[in-house]
Amino acid sequence: MEEQLKNNIPEGTEDTDTPLDQNVRLMSPTRMVVRRFFRSRLSIIGLIMIVGLFLFSFVGPLIYTQWGEIELDESGKTEYATAETTYTVNGVEYTLHQTTEKSLKDNFLAPPSAEHILGTDNEGYDIFVRLMYGGRISLIVSFIAVFLITILGVFMGGIAGFFGGVVDNVIMRVCDVLICLPGIPILLIISTILDASGIDAKYRIYLLMIYLTFISWPGTARLVRGQILSLREQEYMVAAEAMGYSAPRKIFKHLVPNVMPQLIVQMSLSLGSMILYEATLSYLNLGVKAPYAAWGTMINIISTNQDILQNHLNVWVPAGICIVIAVLGFNFVGDGLRDALDPKARR
Amino acid sequence: MLKYIIKRLAMAVLILLGVSMIIYFLIRLMPVDFIQSKIDAINQGGATVSEETVNAMYEMYGLGDNSFMGILKGYFSWLGALATFDLGTSFVHGIPVADVIFEHMGVSFIIALIATIFEFLIAIPLGITAATHQYSIRDYVVTVLVMIGISLPSFFFGQVLKDFLALKLGWFPASGLLDATVSQAGLSLLLDYARHMFIPILTIVILSIGARMRMTRTNMLEVMNSDYIRTARAKGLKESVVINKHAFRNTLIPMVTSLAGLLPSLFSGAIITEQVFNLPGIGNIALDAMNRGDIPFIMGYNMFLALLSVIGVLLADLMYGIVDPRVKLE
Repeated sequence: MEEQLKNNIPEGTEDTDTPLDQNVRLMSPTRMVVRRFFRSRLSIIGLIMIVGLFLFSFVGPLIYTQWGEIELDESGKTEYATAETTYTVNGVEYTLHQTTEKSLKDNFLAPPSAEHILGTDNEGYDIFVRLMYGGRISLIVSFIAVFLITILGVFMGGIAGFFGGVVDNVIMRVCDVLICLPGIPILLIISTILDASGIDAKYRIYLLMIYLTFISWPGTARLVRGQILSLREQEYMVAAEAMGYSAPRKIFKHLVPNVMPQLIVQMSLSLGSMILYEATLSYLNLGVKAPYAAWGTMINIISTNQDILQNHLNVWVPAGICIVIAVLGFNFVGDGLRDALDPKARR
Repeated sequence: MLKYIIKRLAMAVLILLGVSMIIYFLIRLMPVDFIQSKIDAINQGGATVSEETVNAMYEMYGLGDNSFMGILKGYFSWLGALATFDLGTSFVHGIPVADVIFEHMGVSFIIALIATIFEFLIAIPLGITAATHQYSIRDYVVTVLVMIGISLPSFFFGQVLKDFLALKLGWFPASGLLDATVSQAGLSLLLDYARHMFIPILTIVILSIGARMRMTRTNMLEVMNSDYIRTARAKGLKESVVINKHAFRNTLIPMVTSLAGLLPSLFSGAIITEQVFNLPGIGNIALDAMNRGDIPFIMGYNMFLALLSVIGVLLADLMYGIVDPRVKLE
């Protein structure tokens, strides 16, 4: 209350004539959270980063239509190779300089220019455009995964926390098992199985993310369960009991909304880690495969090609920066939300 | 206490059983002719997979019999072998999987151990200053820096460091564990190891500092708000004594617990970092094994990882009861 009063009466304009309730604008809890969120500079920076990336990935390709995701620049390229051979004829040394000209079909590894803002990669694809399409994949895949993790986690955690006893025990033991499953090593196996079943390269990443969902929901479930265990004892739950509400209504209408603050924070932080996971999978060549673009796939080339690692930074550094911006953005926003949603916070 | 330990041990065995079921289910999803094609590829690649090894694997996993009873029988025969630490024979290496794991585990462990020591040494003081100067410039700067560290993908940051420190400046070797061109002994050998491990360890430390620092900061903030800190200040103790003696000691409880949970995972290997720097650690070996279709190895490696994390959870829980006298284990 103190905060609201202080913030809404401009200095020197207090008038004692109008009644108090017309002088003070009351703020809803949501508005107070929004206000606290925007007061933190880091949250704003994080939000700008994420909105920027979204516009870049989803609106960018509509505006910048010069090149497509899998459109090769076939303007050709000439490569020169020089060789020197030394001959000794009658005691006199001759050096033969030889230059071979090779005409190649694709304009690969072009430096940044007006034609290609960030140049082309080792195949001849435009890097700038592929960054946009890579962003689409990363963002879509992570959002789907986090959405599924949250739904599954809330459902399982809600049931476990509310019913307790055997139900709780079974669900929590399943969580224990899933938490002990290795992440990337099992994804390596699943990827081999997908290879064997000949699934289209475009859908691989979605199937792999389903496995990630499958091993990641226990975190959310534990969070929800813990909160519900303590909320269950509150007076308003006794009231809900007295009203004779059904169990689903009590769980999903009265308990889960009260876990929302923690859930939102958890979701925004796990968006960051899902983007990292997706990028790592693509980097290991398990996720999105050529010719389609993903940020991780664009960095993958340097693990085998030393020349690009050292001399063509424009091929792989931008993709890395995009990953960092995305993850950092979600982390900043998650952190800002945590502070904003914390009722104990003094600032 | 003893009763609690026994109960937890039984639980750990149950969890391992659950994990083994899921992992066994995965290998049954692989078509048999696909496994055969992988074996052929390994044979063409230079290594020879003996008929014996392949037959032993088929028998161990009970492959080929796809009826329900066949799968069940296969699972139990595999489980029986697991119980005696028989993980089968690696296709690529031609020796038992357990031997391959033990051979390469050491490198991974040493790198992870040194990295963890530095992680704690750097992150804890940072976390304490950030907490004692909450909302100050110092807190902001430290928080932003470690957040950037958390957000870096290991494969990207490792390559950047490798490109810059090793290839451009030439201060450190870019890959491997030892310079093979010269034979060394004693101190120079040790120095060569250190030079090769520097960048990988730096990569791991920078990436992992963030989580540890934020954990320290949160715990410290919580402790700083408690009554006994106010009492200590009211007694007129110096601020440094209040922080280092009264507050910090109480943040050690979660720290020790998480350290106990962390210990087993030091053996598991950092797949990405080892791949980037081409280190002969267990993670890199596993990645290579999977790319070449070494099924016995990757199955064994997954069970090994699951075992490590089960032990980690167990240790953390037990440690929690030991270091915090307020917690009663039942």
